[in-house]
Amino acid sequence: MEERPVSLSLKITAFFMFAFLLAPVILVLPISFSADNFMTFPPSGWSTRWYVEFFGDTHMIGALGTSTLLAVAVTGLSLIIAMPASYALVRMRLPGANVLLSFFTAPLLLPTIVLGLAILIVFAGHNLLGTFTGLVIAHLVIVLPYALRVLTTSLGGLPIPIEEAASTLGGSPLVVFFRITLPMMAPGIVATCALSFLVSFDEAVISLFLTGPRITTLPVALYQHVETQADPLVAAISVLLILLTLAVVMIVDRTAGLTKTFVK
Amino acid sequence: MTAAAIMTAVPEKRPISAGALATLLLGPIAIVNGVAFVLPVFNLLMLSFREALSGGGLGEAFTLENWTGTVTDSYYLELIGQSISTSLFITFLTLICSYPIALYLHRSQGAWRTFLLVLVISPLLTSAVVRTYGWIAILADDGLINSILMYFGSENGIRLLFNKTGVVIGLTEILMPYMILALLAGFGRLDHRIEEAAETLGAPPWKVFWRIIVPLTMPGIALGCLLSFVLAISSFITPKLLGGGRVFLLATEIYDQAIVTLNWPLAATLSMIILVVFGAALVFYSRLLRAIS
Repeated sequence: MEERPVSLSLKITAFFMFAFLLAPVILVLPISFSADNFMTFPPSGWSTRWYVEFFGDTHMIGALGTSTLLAVAVTGLSLIIAMPASYALVRMRLPGANVLLSFFTAPLLLPTIVLGLAILIVFAGHNLLGTFTGLVIAHLVIVLPYALRVLTTSLGGLPIPIEEAASTLGGSPLVVFFRITLPMMAPGIVATCALSFLVSFDEAVISLFLTGPRITTLPVALYQHVETQADPLVAAISVLLILLTLAVVMIVDRTAGLTKTFVK
Repeated sequence: MTAAAIMTAVPEKRPISAGALATLLLGPIAIVNGVAFVLPVFNLLMLSFREALSGGGLGEAFTLENWTGTVTDSYYLELIGQSISTSLFITFLTLICSYPIALYLHRSQGAWRTFLLVLVISPLLTSAVVRTYGWIAILADDGLINSILMYFGSENGIRLLFNKTGVVIGLTEILMPYMILALLAGFGRLDHRIEEAAETLGAPPWKVFWRIIVPLTMPGIALGCLLSFVLAISSFITPKLLGGGRVFLLATEIYDQAIVTLNWPLAATLSMIILVVFGAALVFYSRLLRAIS
């Protein structure tokens, strides 16, 4: 089907709106190479001192380490938990599978400020505040809906006849799953891992409630830094985070597909 | 080990029932959701009916005081009203800014469309702290906009940060990707042949836009506005950093009551009020959808 040509006025308007959308993300790049002590634009000189400063900042590097470990643990666990769940929801023809799916993705609908507060109060009574375990559990709640969504879409798009052929030829359900279904789901699994890692790595609000002097994550450390100081340090870290985001978006595009994952 | 224990430890030849298997597969996710979602939220609801004692303590008895106190206090009524009106305004701005991008994306194809989609989704997945920091660089007294104004001879520049203007600009941009994706999902009904038919029959472009394109994309507009509104009223990082503690909204008040004042019952009540506003928005949305179709 021939698509409708785009009018010039729409092109121009869309260009300006794209500029507005991307302005804050693009602007941190020149600021990250500033030589100034404070954040000004345009910077009076250029240097890489803020990148050097970041890698020498023990507080920030410690937070980066925590965030990375946390994101890896959450990604692994979310895969282990969401994989069997999505299999049950897509393949077992359970009554009320749609209701269950809505229930399991419901945490995404709740404002993170409310969820953060709710988890803070329960965790405070069980000594889970300021602990790695507490952060893992809280992050799992918001990462699992993403994992479940990508995995159910991936599983739902697989051709069932191949699995049926394998079991007709004598493969037990477990063999069929591990030798046929799992390899075919590989792109969906890669996309799930990339997305889960990023959602956990970037989470700020819930972490803000659960971190403390003993343990902090990178987004929380950044938030606290921005709240008290206006220097280009955050710009340097932001550039690294934006590169990570771009990498994840590329991975999702190559594996699960951007349109399928984000536009229904 | 007793014989009975050995008997149960030996796997049976009979395959386990579908119900048992489903329970086994869905058990872990149900436990996580129960422990860190259902239980905490239920607990929060209950907490909104407990008395707050000084120093963060809780009274034993159940009381309606938090609720009656909040909805009769003029400060909180104004806070709720302000939060709702600001979020509605932000939603409107987000729609205006997002619609051209969504329409353009809908009409592009191939690698160009993928590239544009990456440009839309990358900000969505970028930390709110990073994007808010970018806005500070643009809106600050010695930031991008004021540098441009000074260059063209302005004396003092304009104050865009640590007030409501900054919060509105920043949140509008932060919410645009959600709006664009919701619009895009709802653009499926848009058929360019209808637009061409209207043009052939002599309709000017603005008439085609208002009479054909907008009505056909109404479901996407409604979904995008619902999403933007609930995200605007519950967002915390951006209003806190761009408002600099001078812009008071429901979400920032919840945080302050929970962390600074340690009045958990009041924070819980305000959280429940946000959820009530959510519910109202959902009801309004479903009414609107029914009216459209």
